[in-house]
Amino acid sequence: MAEKTIDLRPVKKIVAGYGNDKDSNLIAALQQTQDEYGYLPKQALKEVSRLMDVPLTRIFGIVTFYSQFTLIPRGRHAIKICTGTACHVKGVNDVKQKVKDQLNVVEGETTADYQFTLETVACIGTCFLAPVMMVDDRYFGKLTTDTVTDIVDRYTGDNA
Amino acid sequence: MLKRLTSYDDLVSMRKSGEKKFNQDKVKVSICMTGCRALGAEEVYDEFRKQVKKQKLTDKVEVIETGCQGLCARAPVMTINPPGAFSHRRIFYGRVTTDIVPDIISSTALKGEVINKLCYAEAGKKIPYLKDIPFYSKQKKIVLRNCGIIDPKNVEHYIARKGYEAFAMALLNVDPNYVINEITRSGLRGRGGAGFPTGLKWEFCRKAKSDTKYVICNADEGDPGAFMDRAVLEGDPHAVIEGMLIAAHTIGSEKGFIYVRAEYPIAVAHLKNAIAQARELNLLGNNILGTEFNFDLEIKMGAGAFVCGEETALIASIEGKRGMPRPRPPFPANSGLWNKPTNINNVETLANIPVVLSNGSEWYKQLGTKNGTGTKIFALAGKVKNTGLVEVPMGTTLREIIFDIGGGIPGRREFKAAQMGGPSGGCVPAEHLDLPIDYETVKEVGAIMGSGGLIVMDSDTSMVDISKYFMDFVQDESCGKCVPCRVGTKKMLDILTRITEGNGCRSDIEDLKEMAYVTKTASLCGLGQTAPNPVLSTIRYFMNEYEDLLKTGS
Repeated sequence: MAEKTIDLRPVKKIVAGYGNDKDSNLIAALQQTQDEYGYLPKQALKEVSRLMDVPLTRIFGIVTFYSQFTLIPRGRHAIKICTGTACHVKGVNDVKQKVKDQLNVVEGETTADYQFTLETVACIGTCFLAPVMMVDDRYFGKLTTDTVTDIVDRYTGDNA
Repeated sequence: MLKRLTSYDDLVSMRKSGEKKFNQDKVKVSICMTGCRALGAEEVYDEFRKQVKKQKLTDKVEVIETGCQGLCARAPVMTINPPGAFSHRRIFYGRVTTDIVPDIISSTALKGEVINKLCYAEAGKKIPYLKDIPFYSKQKKIVLRNCGIIDPKNVEHYIARKGYEAFAMALLNVDPNYVINEITRSGLRGRGGAGFPTGLKWEFCRKAKSDTKYVICNADEGDPGAFMDRAVLEGDPHAVIEGMLIAAHTIGSEKGFIYVRAEYPIAVAHLKNAIAQARELNLLGNNILGTEFNFDLEIKMGAGAFVCGEETALIASIEGKRGMPRPRPPFPANSGLWNKPTNINNVETLANIPVVLSNGSEWYKQLGTKNGTGTKIFALAGKVKNTGLVEVPMGTTLREIIFDIGGGIPGRREFKAAQMGGPSGGCVPAEHLDLPIDYETVKEVGAIMGSGGLIVMDSDTSMVDISKYFMDFVQDESCGKCVPCRVGTKKMLDILTRITEGNGCRSDIEDLKEMAYVTKTASLCGLGQTAPNPVLSTIRYFMNEYEDLLKTGS
């Protein structure tokens, strides 16, 4: 299947922003590229490779090493369920199962309507609120299987 | 726009005008706007601002947004202090909601009356004043001296509390060797987990010969269950910058990096803001405080890899590579970032530096034990009433932390173990509750001080499940470079999974121990070398739970 052509102007702008010090800014440039497109499209990576003069293989090595990067499109909202120790001890597994059932996805997957991507994170450092999750940049703490459903509902089908 | 500081006198006069502003004749309403945001702190803060404006009270009441105030279990939390400096009449409120804000203003802020239902209670008794709450009165806040008191986004607050004066002293009045001696004499050890003497580390880097050197702040707090560094970065970012400035001047570096987790958006925002302010004041940049000293800082965001907390992996990541560790030596102090001498310290270590210098090593040494001076911040979480952030002198016992400060275990369950040091640590059982905690004592009982995560477990928690949980984590985070860690963690996880599913056999325990031994001794970096600790400590103290599971199996 032919890939849809994407606008590569943002990549040019991002790379240009880093001046000459390109090597050490490769990860930052990839982070910004992902922010721009919501994921890392192949064409964008090729463009980063060309502009920064870094082999595509090395870029692929990096994006597959760090869990933050994704090569497939993500949903409008990122749900990050914390599976840290405190959350684990306080029963996050039930909460996670509830969200999985509600959205009909497993960890790492995106819903068919591209509204949500479900992820788990080892710890988001808010253990006092365990079990906890983030929807985009917002924290939700002391979750129960009831409250989590309401929270996800709030983000369903909206334009938030 | 802030005025550039060109001399020590400029800094002092800024402090004096800041003190005046900070202690002026207003009621101070301080609201935690970091961790507490998850439970509605922003809405409460906005309501306060709105009401104060509407009721034309801006000359009587000041609303301050602060970092973590510690008692996270009562989030969202706030304190109300009568006009003037912070005093013993500071009232602590928790679980504040927007609808009660007008009441707080009319009775507490304006008349000093206490609203009982918002107070912390112990054994049915309400305790209105912060100084009387055991959670606070038993702590010793040194690193967290400003956390929850100042507005972390306002450098004037930091300077009003003598911020950057330790750095000014190090820069203008004393010799770098004096700084190293002071830090060595203070006995300060790295707070990131390994506990290496900080003074020695600086000395190695100072002695390394090179035209370029770097300082790095390791803020890649990845241990599940640890949030001390997050709180310091969010609540007092300038303290970390000041620590880095002192380190840079001492070892002779002009460039620094803060490597921070992308999962900490508030910390990143506060750091960026603090760096911008420090540049405006010329505390970062060229000719700092009118001297020849130049230094600047850059933030590097982690991209989600636990192993990047290991110093050589972190360096690889800053260099734009896969974050994989390399064998040491050479140590970063001799050959680190881009093969230049590099000094790496953890957030909490750096935040200690200004205190050590301004109060002196003799004072600092008085705190703690022989093997561990000063204080340690613990992130108290799990099955404990007062979850939150706790700073105590080294040598405090687990019982004091969990029962006196933490308020004990909720419900009628019993304390079973405290998990210390995250995936590199172990579970400390009830028999060691009275152990004074320092680097060595904790190691003796099979855990590690680690970065300071302290997860309390009660009789409901299965220790084999916890052991499997951590193995699952390290197996997932193992970078795969060396075989013992890559294969060892996987094999141990397979066995633990088998046991928890009831399919274990007797020989599994011996196999686990053997695998643990190999992984511990042969792995390349700290991740693999410590990965078996949770397994070994649970076998050591909770063998009966393994046996119960083996019995149910075939």
